[in-house]
Amino acid sequence: MTSNQVLSEVEYRVVGKRPVRPDGVDKVTGRAQYGADVYPAGLLHGKVLRSPHAHAKVVSIDTSQAEAYPGVTAVVTAADFPFASMSREELGGGYQRLKFATDLIMASDKVLFKGHPVAAVAAVNPHVAEEAVRLIRVEYQQLPAVINVQAAMEEKSELIHDDLYTSYLGENSEKPSNVAAHLYFDKGDIEQGFGEADVVVEREFHTEMVHQGYIEPQNSTAFWNTDGHLTIWCSTQGSFMIRNAVADVLQFPISKIKVVPTEIGGGFGGKISTYLEAPAALLSRKCGQPVKMVMTRTEVFEASGPAPGSWMKVKMGAAKDGLITAAHVTLAYEAGAYPGSPVMAGTSCALSCYDLQNGRVEGYDVLVNKPKTSAYRAPGSPQAAFAVESVLDEICEKLALDPLEVRIKNAAKEGTRRVEGPVARKIGLIECLDAAKSHDHLKKPVQGKNRGRGIACGFWMNRGFQSSVTMTVQYDGTISLLMGSVDIGGTRASIAQQTAETLGIAYEDVHPTVVDTDSIGFTFVTGGSRTSFATGLAAIGAAEDVKEQMVKRAAQIWDTPAENVEYADGVIRHRSDPELQMSFQALAKQLGSTGGGITGRNNIDPSGEGNGYAVHIVDVEVDQETGKVDILRYTAVQDAGKAVHPSYVEGQMQGGVVQGIGWALNEEYFFNDQGQMMNSSFLDYRMPTSLDLPMIDTVIVEVANPGHPYGVKGVGEVPIVPPMAAISNAIHQATGLRMASLPMSPGKILEALWENGKS
Amino acid sequence: MPGLVHVQTTINGVQTDFLAEPRQSLLEVLRDVLGKTGTKEGCNDGNCGACTVILDGRIVDSCLVLAVETQGSEVTTIEGLATADGLHPIQQAFLEQAALQCGICTPGFIVASKGLLDQEPDADEARIRHWLAGNLCRCTGYDKIIRAVLEAEKLSK
Repeated sequence: MTSNQVLSEVEYRVVGKRPVRPDGVDKVTGRAQYGADVYPAGLLHGKVLRSPHAHAKVVSIDTSQAEAYPGVTAVVTAADFPFASMSREELGGGYQRLKFATDLIMASDKVLFKGHPVAAVAAVNPHVAEEAVRLIRVEYQQLPAVINVQAAMEEKSELIHDDLYTSYLGENSEKPSNVAAHLYFDKGDIEQGFGEADVVVEREFHTEMVHQGYIEPQNSTAFWNTDGHLTIWCSTQGSFMIRNAVADVLQFPISKIKVVPTEIGGGFGGKISTYLEAPAALLSRKCGQPVKMVMTRTEVFEASGPAPGSWMKVKMGAAKDGLITAAHVTLAYEAGAYPGSPVMAGTSCALSCYDLQNGRVEGYDVLVNKPKTSAYRAPGSPQAAFAVESVLDEICEKLALDPLEVRIKNAAKEGTRRVEGPVARKIGLIECLDAAKSHDHLKKPVQGKNRGRGIACGFWMNRGFQSSVTMTVQYDGTISLLMGSVDIGGTRASIAQQTAETLGIAYEDVHPTVVDTDSIGFTFVTGGSRTSFATGLAAIGAAEDVKEQMVKRAAQIWDTPAENVEYADGVIRHRSDPELQMSFQALAKQLGSTGGGITGRNNIDPSGEGNGYAVHIVDVEVDQETGKVDILRYTAVQDAGKAVHPSYVEGQMQGGVVQGIGWALNEEYFFNDQGQMMNSSFLDYRMPTSLDLPMIDTVIVEVANPGHPYGVKGVGEVPIVPPMAAISNAIHQATGLRMASLPMSPGKILEALWENGKS
Repeated sequence: MPGLVHVQTTINGVQTDFLAEPRQSLLEVLRDVLGKTGTKEGCNDGNCGACTVILDGRIVDSCLVLAVETQGSEVTTIEGLATADGLHPIQQAFLEQAALQCGICTPGFIVASKGLLDQEPDADEARIRHWLAGNLCRCTGYDKIIRAVLEAEKLSK
């Protein structure tokens, strides 16, 4: 069995240790309450009627039989949403935005993907609700389904929205189009750069739509009380985002909506958007009782927000010595039925591993009759990295240069300006490449027939954004910490560790709780690799607030000015009188009798995030008979900044790698020519199992982020970025094949082998 | 609405009577009727293992078992592993080895692992990977889960 390494620059007392997580016992005993585990008194169950067509006009909806069915308490359609009774004049420039937001939740005039909600029913139990849903009669007029991203971009394509125009450099196109946006970033002079190249490689790539694959389906329980207050329990990455989105489509004040985040069974970006909350709320308002809605797995595949499929083109030129002289990347990403693919982030990431003099990145946000895409771990970056890192590998091959050395030669570093503008602060790509170079994995040659090794790099910018924390000193010397960031993968632990470090107290004395939207300030999603960084900073700030108040209280007790008192390592002491000192716990005990409790608070919107870089090495074996690719060995190297809890950092890296392996080898949405997904179950959408994998080795390279007191960066996103290219490059070494589309499934590998006449 | 059937079974060592519709799965009854929500629903078609329970000594996906089929059976769910004295060694190992992130698949993995270790207390990595292939985890990449089961073998001795 192989190992995990941590390359540390600085050690701390609590940060960097591996304590047991505060929510751990509840999660190993089954007591933790996830979204579907909410059972308020009087609970009813809701189900959704969904479109069987990928593209059709809704001619009529007849809900009368469903409404009359015994056990049914309420039925809603788009007609129950405020948008239905608002005029275009009233909404002005906001018309299209509110129409899109409402229609995604409940279709009005058209259905735009298979699984698009058309109506919802509440009933005494889920079976009755299901039966009633089948009694709703909908008349459709089918339209041609637009399912290919390249065809969708053509002028003659069927239009998904007749009033959507292409935005390009601040202008809108004259004619409506399925292309919502054309992004364009340029640095230097690529024509000159290609002229200076000794070798130029230009390739096209395709990837298919894939799903985040979280195990817990989307769920929502809503209760619209007779006092006009709406409470929503759901598993979400961002309770405030859900609150605001529901307020928007229901045209209802945020102050009357309380979102209570439950434990969340995975998200990976897919649990940011709202789907079930507004229908559940409207059903509850109609029948006066709480209504729970839970998606089936098929609904999750067909009607939540997967990651886009793509068409991409990469042209890259390099000099004989391996210096990249120019690169031109074009990304066309599926938005799904409404605008907003992650192509913008894709353009930011595509070339950001390298310090280029000349680069151009173009992106297209392309509508197709498929579910509206959502974020998925480093959204937009993995597709682009598959294309760019594959082309770079081919350049290295043509120049007979070592792919790791070429990456070191071109690596982005502090001061590198990315093609789309930002200048890198302290980053750790070169440190990762150096760590990879000296790793045991690269020192041992890959041996055996049909085996090969590949490497690839990956980038994610990481994020800051708003976070809020309050913490109260309990009179027994512990801290009750409240935060708005939901805990998907151990952030209660990482925030408690940073708090304990700052206050100089034991980790076990910090008790974190994730609270609802009425109980804490605005907090952005748990996502984008921001929580340990941004909510960590919020906690550190709140802890500093506690320290300041503790100093003042001690000064009051000692009857001395506060500037004579200092707080260090959990002890409050008089600066000049060594007799006067108290531990945090001793002072906490006196708070009640010296003026009352102390609560620290902090609401922030930090910049200063540190970019994330990763370098992956993989060995594969390709079965020439079946086309199956086996992962023999995998090593992920990543600059995580300071790893607050190394076990959970390793877990993030390993989990990201394995999602990437699935994306590389198996996972894809199969659509028929009518745009209907044909593999909407875990049997047919095959995610990696324990049997498909070896242990995933990790190397955490800690290049401290100067924008955080303990050097914390983001962790979770970047490990999904390199695997597809790394595996493709390994397949090339094993077979000579250059794979240009994902997934590199057995069938596709076999076809490529046959085409090459190699088997 | 179909008539209700009286079912008598033993759940986590306690004789339990419940009424179920013939169409209700064991998973549905555990959660909706008996309040045992530790058993999770991930797919409801037997492909993710989040609802794994032990039925008369064998691990099963409780979404694929009709509740009325459990008449006279013994069922162990995640709620039946820890005692007042503390966690089961498998639970302890998952906790200490950071073998969970979001935790939704964790009850299924722990119950499935118990099903293995009850019969094969010295299962090796390959055997554990094979046994747990019916349980999907999307967060961890399985690495720390496999290590936790190996660690649980040591803790059990």
